[in-house]
Amino acid sequence: MAGADKKQVVVTGIGAVTPLGIGAAPLHERWAAGECGIDGGAGACREFDPKDRLSVKEARRLDRFSQFALVAAGEAIDQAWGEQSPYDPLRVGCIVATGIGGIETVETQHDVMRDRGAKNVSPLGIPQYMPNAAAAAVSMKYGLQGQMYGVVSACSGGAHAIGSALRMLQYGDADAVVCGGAEATLTEFGFACFNSLQALSPTGISRPFDARRDGFVMGEGAGILVLEEAQAAKARGATILGEVAGYGSTSDAFHLTAPEPSGGPASRAIELALSDAGLSADDVSYVNAHGTSTQLNDAAETVAIKRALGEQRAKRIPVSSTKSTIGHLLGAAGAVEAVATVLTLQTRVIPPTLGYEEPDPELDLDYVPGEARPLLIDNGHPPAAISNSFAFGGHNVALVLRGASA
Amino acid sequence: MATVTTQQVESRVIETLASFGPDQSQITRQATFEELDIDSLDLVELAQVVEDDYGVVLKGEDMKELKTVGDAIDLIVERAE
Repeated sequence: MAGADKKQVVVTGIGAVTPLGIGAAPLHERWAAGECGIDGGAGACREFDPKDRLSVKEARRLDRFSQFALVAAGEAIDQAWGEQSPYDPLRVGCIVATGIGGIETVETQHDVMRDRGAKNVSPLGIPQYMPNAAAAAVSMKYGLQGQMYGVVSACSGGAHAIGSALRMLQYGDADAVVCGGAEATLTEFGFACFNSLQALSPTGISRPFDARRDGFVMGEGAGILVLEEAQAAKARGATILGEVAGYGSTSDAFHLTAPEPSGGPASRAIELALSDAGLSADDVSYVNAHGTSTQLNDAAETVAIKRALGEQRAKRIPVSSTKSTIGHLLGAAGAVEAVATVLTLQTRVIPPTLGYEEPDPELDLDYVPGEARPLLIDNGHPPAAISNSFAFGGHNVALVLRGASA
Repeated sequence: MATVTTQQVESRVIETLASFGPDQSQITRQATFEELDIDSLDLVELAQVVEDDYGVVLKGEDMKELKTVGDAIDLIVERAE
């Protein structure tokens, strides 16, 4: 689609449930203050109690990942338009990703089957663990009747959901889309599987890009954004938080779990996102990295960023990883990180990569060590940032986000 | 199997329905499932409890006819006899 024909898409609501607390603001504020939501080798949402925020019926019908999604969506929709949607419900979409789906429900019901027989398995099992359950729950609670589905692409799902929502809006298929990702995989079986894969940090420390990085730390939560077609949002007087300006996505076609080491397909995703946004490397003021704290990802991502933005330019752009403060939220990661990036652009405060102390000689970008710093822009335009997401299976996704115009 | 009293069934049904969401005080024999926001999925769960406790098998077609809490209690007691 030619650039001139594409509709502009703005962010009017954000919501999050993360190991740093309930809400989008605490995610950015606490991260910027250097707080870490990881405890005991996992990023659990310790402040989340479904009883505080959901009815008995909602809570018992939803797996934990959908509970997170519903609460985050409530915050985002409340910020965007509150009780009364300004749009025809059939023109409001909903896309919510998950990497795994309702694994806690699968485990619980599998135990029921073994202990008490197949006849006692709950009829709520399937509707709770199906990967589209979070999207369905948000759509039903808020009466969103446009296109609605889940996205399944492991750790890039949240970013794919936002990218798909952007396309839906750019093409004029919807006036608004509620989108993001949710994950709740901190279960016995979840840990067992990721441990067998030797993907998790044995020290339980998430320190992306550091020489001592030894694996990711699993986290849980959800991030949801309300995106609207810009003209419609402005016409109704909505507060614009930022813009989703570009989306690019490619695949490695290389290995089930390892990233393609040349960074070719990953860098292409970044280039495509910039091109979609009509921007160049010189316009980028910040990169919110995928930065998982695994040896392979952080090396391959560094190569991809340099390849896409040019080595010299890349070295001047601050790059930090949200996973240093909350761990890896799998299918929610891309969405939670997009929420954090919107707030970084809005507040002009770049949170640091926590735990980054010993540089790896091979990884030579500015990973924002130590503490938060101001986001600087040199051209007077609203700042732009890239948010990367990569995934098992070989998925590469880049989003270009921009701050709101003054 | 020991005889099941209507009272026993009534209290078990009310307790089970209350765990699904509605306020216990609203759950009377006259209350309709619609009023209580009890849907077909809830009734399948109720049927599992009833089968477990009383050996009474309730199928989908049995449940379709049920409108009130009292209807369900009466059917279970009748089948348990």
